[in-house]
Amino acid sequence: MDLAHTPEEEEFRVRLREWLAKVLPALPPKPSPDDWPARRAYDLGWQRMLHDAGYAGLHWPVDAGGRGATPTQHLIFLEETEKAGAPYVGANFVGLLHAGPTIAAEGTAAQRARWLPPVLRGEEVWCQGFSEPDAGSDLAALRTRARRDGDHYVVNGSKIWTSHAEVADWCELLVRTDPDAPRHRGITWLAMPMDAPGITVRPLRTLAGSAEFAEVFLDDVRVPVANRVGDENDGWRVTMVTLSFERGTAFVGEVVACRRVLAELAVAARQNGHWDDPVLRRRLGRLNAEFRALWRLTQWNVSEAEASGGGTGGGGVPGVGGSVFKLRYSHARQELYDAAADVLGPDSLDLDRPWVLDRLSALSYTIAAGTSQIQRNIVAERILGLPKGR
Amino acid sequence: MRFRLTDDQRALRDGVRGLLARRFDGAALRTAADAPGLDRSLWRELGAAGFFALRLPERDGGVGLGLPETVLAFEEAGRVLLPGPLVATHLAAGKVAGAAGGETVVTAVLGGLVEWLAGADVVQGDAEGAVPLRSVDPLTPVHRVPRVPKFSRRVAEAAGVPVPPAVADGADAVSRAGAAATDAGGVSGAGAAATDAGGVSGAWAVTGADGVSGAGAAVTGAGGVSGAGGVSGAGGVSEVDVVTGVDPVAVLLTAAEQLGTAGRTCELAVQHARTREQFGRPIGAFQAVKHLCAGMLVRTEVARAAVYAAAVTVEPADIAAARLLADEAAVRGARDCLQVHGGMGFTWESEVHLHLKRAWVRARRCGAVTESEELLAADLLA
Repeated sequence: MDLAHTPEEEEFRVRLREWLAKVLPALPPKPSPDDWPARRAYDLGWQRMLHDAGYAGLHWPVDAGGRGATPTQHLIFLEETEKAGAPYVGANFVGLLHAGPTIAAEGTAAQRARWLPPVLRGEEVWCQGFSEPDAGSDLAALRTRARRDGDHYVVNGSKIWTSHAEVADWCELLVRTDPDAPRHRGITWLAMPMDAPGITVRPLRTLAGSAEFAEVFLDDVRVPVANRVGDENDGWRVTMVTLSFERGTAFVGEVVACRRVLAELAVAARQNGHWDDPVLRRRLGRLNAEFRALWRLTQWNVSEAEASGGGTGGGGVPGVGGSVFKLRYSHARQELYDAAADVLGPDSLDLDRPWVLDRLSALSYTIAAGTSQIQRNIVAERILGLPKGR
Repeated sequence: MRFRLTDDQRALRDGVRGLLARRFDGAALRTAADAPGLDRSLWRELGAAGFFALRLPERDGGVGLGLPETVLAFEEAGRVLLPGPLVATHLAAGKVAGAAGGETVVTAVLGGLVEWLAGADVVQGDAEGAVPLRSVDPLTPVHRVPRVPKFSRRVAEAAGVPVPPAVADGADAVSRAGAAATDAGGVSGAGAAATDAGGVSGAWAVTGADGVSGAGAAVTGAGGVSGAGGVSGAGGVSEVDVVTGVDPVAVLLTAAEQLGTAGRTCELAVQHARTREQFGRPIGAFQAVKHLCAGMLVRTEVARAAVYAAAVTVEPADIAAARLLADEAAVRGARDCLQVHGGMGFTWESEVHLHLKRAWVRARRCGAVTESEELLAADLLA
């Protein structure tokens, strides 16, 4: 049991740090959160820089075009980029963290060759077509239909809460291909081109005021059968692969960011006098314990993944342990920004102040990627072995 | 980075678990709860197995292992609610004759409380005037000590222990506050200073304000002989502007015991939820019960990562974090376990209440929780 890095890992860290120090000052200013085309360009630009420097798909397997880095190196990458204030994956989130790894794990050679390089090179953006108005947490209840017509599927239905849909090139789409089968067995995973005729994207405003995601309406959209990842009606299994990536690895870098925010809160509280309030001070102390522990849990999970040959670098699939992390982290993040509001005082009602928008967007964390209630069911049934029920 | 158990560590954990299963099973726990008392033969067996001498170098007759292994052993002790002043005796190994082998039972004044005062052979710290409590935990007799062990920045400086500037602010405030000061900010100062100095036990071992202001002869403490020397040499120290000091290793090992309770109560709850039927099905099929159990596991796993990491880094902030999370996991875990057991959980027969009561005792053992929170708050500005 140790937390020490190997000389190779330390060398990797130093090289990365040097590269970040060189390139970050030259980055253009961050675009406005509401300017989606600008955000797309900015995020893709950053991905291209990573690609050219050899950091694209660090955690992807080599035969998928990735760097085959160890999970520990991936952790160092997330830690260092966050510490240096580098851009987050942004619009590349789905491509790099869900769809890409899923295609790498489940796709054919031709599918991997078609879809993975543009994600890594920062040329194409993906969105996630999973949720529907009547199938959010109950994902298997999805109704969007796809019927075979020669070498195409003809898709009808609608999706909702689809992040980045407006600027996406591809959508990882779940459709029902066998309406008569038990609901988990009639689902298929498709890669749908977002410029296909019959797709209408309508932006949805979030409670934070911005158009963060969208509704997507599908009206006789033709998707080639060749775009199917996995077998027909085997989409649920493929989806579970996707979701375990989403829960297992997607939030890791954010813990580092939360620790930075917490330290900034302490400094702000000392400046405005709230630090003298022992209740607030101890609350920040408790949050320090919380985020230290979440970071340690991350390191634990990464070490376990590395030892079992799993994790992302080896192309393996993260385990349900991701649910444990996601549950705790999503609530901790909300508590962090609630504490920020108490540090800010009345300024916490001013949307132009730092942390106020973060407080609003943190509200999504206990819902997105499986609500806390769903995660607790997963922990109880799949880890603790409690009987299934409602 | 290999932040996971090695094969040797797994073997050690399994070995301790096996020994405790043979020597202190559920029946023994029940017997002990009805007729409390220190089982000297068990204590000697633990000693013979190396439980107290885990960190003692092999040349001194110890096992020569580190804090991570010790934490694993204490987690196992916590799982089965092993009674007795385990932490104090472990800390005394190599310093008090017979402690390492389990021949001598050692207890210590920890944060104003001392456990097993009457049952121990040696008491570390100033227990004068200790008042017996009617202990809530039938397996842990507790005395309250009127004079809380004290430690101050001034004493630290007199003892030649450097105080990092980042934490000196808090300690300064304590100095200014005078004799009655118990500002926990000063505790973090002392703790951090002590650890940074590499002489954890040294600095933290200075106990008793009286001892400091006097000739220094009364400066005792768990293994803090080197620190004490420095203080007694500085005859000019007459300040009593001092605050609580507890060995951070005692805090960590207590957290490890709490982790044991957290894991065990989660298992007990899940076992019960799988087998107990109501409304024609196991209660574990009901989401309300399921979510209680899931919460227990999540708290346990988060606490585990914190406790194991603190055992590796031995940083004061990591230890304080481990303490907070392990306390939470143990106390809430035992409480939720009791809830899952329903009416059965409220009976003396169920072992659940013993876990909750022990968790309460441990949560008070090393000073107040607020001190750990203050240390972690100060760390944010460090």
